[in-house]
Amino acid sequence: MSADREERPLVGVVLVSHSRQVAEAVAHMAHGLASGGPSVPVAPAGGTGEGGLGTSSELIIEAARRVDRGAGVAVLADLGSAVLTVRTLLVEGDLPEGARLVDAPFVEGAVAAVVTASTGADLEAVAAAATEAYEYRKA
Amino acid sequence: MVTVALDADFFHRWMSAVSAAVDREAQRLTELDSAIGDADHGSNLRRGFAAAVASLDEERPDTPGAVLALAGRRLISTVGGASGPLYGTLLRRAGKALGDAGTVDAARLREALRTGVDAVAQLGSAAPGDKTMLDALYPAVEALGESGEDFEAARGAAEEGASATVPMLARRGRASYLGERSIGHQDPGATSSALLFAALADTAGAVASGDDGEAA
Repeated sequence: MSADREERPLVGVVLVSHSRQVAEAVAHMAHGLASGGPSVPVAPAGGTGEGGLGTSSELIIEAARRVDRGAGVAVLADLGSAVLTVRTLLVEGDLPEGARLVDAPFVEGAVAAVVTASTGADLEAVAAAATEAYEYRKA
Repeated sequence: MVTVALDADFFHRWMSAVSAAVDREAQRLTELDSAIGDADHGSNLRRGFAAAVASLDEERPDTPGAVLALAGRRLISTVGGASGPLYGTLLRRAGKALGDAGTVDAARLREALRTGVDAVAQLGSAAPGDKTMLDALYPAVEALGESGEDFEAARGAAEEGASATVPMLARRGRASYLGERSIGHQDPGATSSALLFAALADTAGAVASGDDGEAA
């Protein structure tokens, strides 16, 4: 195997929102702003399984499995039950090994995570970039 | 009350009693939640406990720990709101703490519940006084007493704990965004937690009176 053919797996990103539309739109936006680099596996997990406002542990587990390439999965969540459900799934070992809940603002953190992941950065760096999005003051 | 050995059947009936109570009180829980939350607590818990009991009826786990663990897993996977992971964690952790014993005594149940409630506090980064379910759960576990058999005292303590959330300022969850406007409303989570302990007392009371639904 030649070095230039070597492909490091990219960190996956899961976006957990109370709203399916929000999760999908943020995934779309983060993808769009990260364009140019290799395509980062990003999966939205929004709303309840029935499409209402809320959180579905099944959608989260599915999404995490879908984006897991073996380099870890950064999970971002918006609030309340989204955060608590991800924490619970992590504690109970229901998410792929290497999945991590990232402490970050949802939209800005998602963009930072996906852009950073597209550079081939590891999970540590992806998580740090997402968390750093808190530092950017707007006013 | 005589010291009773609590078996899987007891825990199964407890969960059925919780489901019935949540079903009966769903409207009230949702009304409380529409004052300071997002008006889904009653329907969410009703769906969750109905699914939990359906799984218990189907799979019939044969130890107390396995009953609580299965009920907790179903709550996590079906509720869709914060009460899913919170009650799910409570039951799952308590179930894990009970191990694989075929029967447990009430003191062991009390310790398992304490472990579960601590896990809820950790999950929600919350403490008593934050206007959450913990304000009913902690007093109830304490009231179970040394023997763990003071189920009626626990029922009363949970109800008092829930009432005591009325003047509190919410510090966790959606209600916390309301700031001072959360004052004057009873917390829906503390109210449903009181139902959990009321159902426990009812189930234990039925055992004590010999009316536990089992053939003699």
